Amino acid sequence: MITPDALGYLPETPSQTAGPFVHIGLIPRQAGFNIFENNLGSIKLGPEIEGERIHIEGRIYDGTGTVIRDALVEIWQADSFGRFNHPADNAPRPYDAPFRGWGRTGTDFETGTWSFATIKPGRIARRHGEGSLAPHILVWIVARGINLGLLTRLYFEDEAAANAEDPVLRLIEQPERRKTLIAQRVNCAGNTYVFDIHLQGPAETVFFEV
Amino acid sequence: MLGVHLMTGDDFIQRDLAAHPLPISPGYKTSMFRGPTRPPLSLKTSLADLTGPVFGAEELGARDNDLILNYAKEGLPIGERIIIHGRVLDSNARPLRGVLVEIWQANASGKYRHRNDGYIGTVDPNFGGCGRCLTDGDGRYVFRTIKPGPYPFRNKVNDWRPAHMHFSVFGHGFAQRLITQMYFEGDPLIRHDSILNTIPDEAARDRLVARLDLAASVPLDTLAYRWDIVLRGTRATRFENKLQGN
Repeated sequence: MITPDALGYLPETPSQTAGPFVHIGLIPRQAGFNIFENNLGSIKLGPEIEGERIHIEGRIYDGTGTVIRDALVEIWQADSFGRFNHPADNAPRPYDAPFRGWGRTGTDFETGTWSFATIKPGRIARRHGEGSLAPHILVWIVARGINLGLLTRLYFEDEAAANAEDPVLRLIEQPERRKTLIAQRVNCAGNTYVFDIHLQGPAETVFFEV
Repeated sequence: MLGVHLMTGDDFIQRDLAAHPLPISPGYKTSMFRGPTRPPLSLKTSLADLTGPVFGAEELGARDNDLILNYAKEGLPIGERIIIHGRVLDSNARPLRGVLVEIWQANASGKYRHRNDGYIGTVDPNFGGCGRCLTDGDGRYVFRTIKPGPYPFRNKVNDWRPAHMHFSVFGHGFAQRLITQMYFEGDPLIRHDSILNTIPDEAARDRLVARLDLAASVPLDTLAYRWDIVLRGTRATRFENKLQGN
């Protein structure tokens, strides 16, 4: 039961792990289960959408260095103009209306790889200061054994100048930890960036509380 | 120079982490290997956190929230017919309208339609076990389904999950994103559950327990349970100094 506190605020509903079977609920088709006519979470990249086509992929490692093969990953990002497809982003900038900016996928049940085909976001306006933020993508992970969804940010290796000025990256005290948020560009398949996530250990990814 | 300026939009009220599970909870063994060991980096709400995907009714099917019918092939699924309903509110008690609520669950025998479920329970040919809907103008959601059965899981030697439904909820901003589980009033397994007990605060655990709602039941047909969901509310920013951050 929910009881307001003395000032009338309602307490937030607590989180619980998404568990081992999250796939049937949120990505049923990927789990081999055809129930809905329309499956949510794939990023539609029609020819009308502007921006550089990129491929982002990675794996998620647990504290023993083992690849996790039952996680769910969501991304949320701005369009190539640096604008979010949402009414709260009302800055006077151009806007790529058909680009939703949200994607959802699972780690492969065999290899543990997750991937998205998307576009590279533009620089994003700051709310709390002058200038802009380096291009980045929010990455959110849930899985069995993760009690509260983990939020991190993917930045791009080839945006070194923007990254060096980015106020969030600069908040990370240890330069070594900053590196955990930089996706590495690889040349194997076009514009591919690799972003591995470590839940624990020396290379533990920086996660955020916002 | 510090200057007071008006912000675009509102910020989210800070999350009370004491009301959530600990990232690493020894009673839930998998979390020992998967929960971060370092403190998260705390940030002020950025535009990315304040915004999030917007979903439209045209993206959902008419039966997506009726788990009794949305996978029925040659008959109806077996088990207790129930309605689960409630409101999605923010912590200012304002309804969240048009937000996506998705659920998944085991069937009446405690079995999921999932390749990794090795439990002996039987797959029901007429039950899929997932559904979704958008909240209405009052923030209400409703599902019709079959009450899930309890099932054992590998943790301690004899650990059982109480009957539960998994919920995924979007607010208006990505910072409100929540996945959780809902339990049923009166289930004797609740107090033994290693997953629910990852939440240290008893009052917080109780907020995940749905109450029997006879008034919303359909006589001679379907029992109802009521469960409200609260996401983080917004804090109108009146005055703000320019701070470091995004």
